[in-house]
Amino acid sequence: MLDLWVGIFVVAGMAALVILAFKVGNMSSMGSGETYEISAYFDNIGGLKPRAPIKSAGVVVGRVTSIELNNERFTAKVKMAVEKNYKFPKDTTASILTSGLLGEQYIGLEGGGDDQLLKAGDSIRLTQSAVVLEKLISQFLFDKAAEGGDAKK
Amino acid sequence: MLPSIRSIGANAIDVVLRLGYAARFIGLTLAHSGTSFARPRLIIRELYYTGVLSLIIILVSGLFVGMVLGLQGYQTLTTYGSESALGVLVALSLVRELGPVVSALLFASRAGSAMTAEIGLMKATEQLSAMEMMAVDPIARVVAPRFWAGVISMPLLAAMFSAMGIFGGYVIGVVLIGVDEGSFWSQMQGAVDVREDIVNGVIKSFVFGVAVTWIALFEGYDAPPTAEGVSGATTRTVVTSSLAILGLDFILTSFMFRGM
Repeated sequence: MLDLWVGIFVVAGMAALVILAFKVGNMSSMGSGETYEISAYFDNIGGLKPRAPIKSAGVVVGRVTSIELNNERFTAKVKMAVEKNYKFPKDTTASILTSGLLGEQYIGLEGGGDDQLLKAGDSIRLTQSAVVLEKLISQFLFDKAAEGGDAKK
Repeated sequence: MLPSIRSIGANAIDVVLRLGYAARFIGLTLAHSGTSFARPRLIIRELYYTGVLSLIIILVSGLFVGMVLGLQGYQTLTTYGSESALGVLVALSLVRELGPVVSALLFASRAGSAMTAEIGLMKATEQLSAMEMMAVDPIARVVAPRFWAGVISMPLLAAMFSAMGIFGGYVIGVVLIGVDEGSFWSQMQGAVDVREDIVNGVIKSFVFGVAVTWIALFEGYDAPPTAEGVSGATTRTVVTSSLAILGLDFILTSFMFRGM
């Protein structure tokens, strides 16, 4: 009788761990784990963080592995691991996007028309930086001010 | 004046002495663990008393903690129009902090105090000395199985607490208040990382399990063999292990979740 209860206890505990890993965590969405690494240079990464998702057409195809500053070009070098079964052409565009208004930032990949595919270690040449709100607002204000100046003349 | 200064010194020496004894005690326990693993029946018996009997309190408190998190989290998040992040809030706070900490506090007061009282009474009624007379090592026969039972059951209890709490948050948030079910789970799965959050939570509860059972067993083994001695030791177990849990939690959190 004692053994039965202890058995139930241990099984229930393990079940709780499995539920946490699969239902609460993202274990099931991690895929096969076979990935290849590509990199991209961005002028500004905004609030992008390591482990942010990489999406193509909204489908998660990989994760950001590391972000560092390239000290010669003063651009951010973002390394990303893309799942092996997803291939992208050489002229793919990588842009930093935000999910929703307050959501997390992710990298969006948009395939081009090149015949050759990106291989492990390649870097994406066409990139689009994150939208920085302050720059956007100041641009808007400058435009408004310029318009006002024109109207006076 | 002089006696009070003298008592400070005496107390300090006493604390250091007890710490040394406690370290020697855990060393002996680990050294004798082999014999208790050779007789798993002893560990299973203790798993029943420490783990199975703590189940009800752990599950019920987990459910209520999760439900309160759901209610309060909804109140705050709805101010910013982001009540779909309720799942993230409930899951992260349970898996990272509340699950391990609250279940360890409950475990200390439910199972730890019982361990101390049992061993203290065994000592007061000279059962431990009787074992020694029969060439049975009380550390190997009494202490080591209880230690391992506590260490094994603590992470399991914490996992059940978290799972139950997330279910409670789901019941309040999705079923009663009406947060969208899809975004509740998908945002949760997007934010909770298996390695960073869940495994770290399990590591935390394992550390708490070692700390609580160590303190409980040591206090029982070291209790003065009188009625007051045992009752004092039981109180000290609950107080010391609660403080140890909260202090260790701070240290572990600052190492695990730095810059996140």
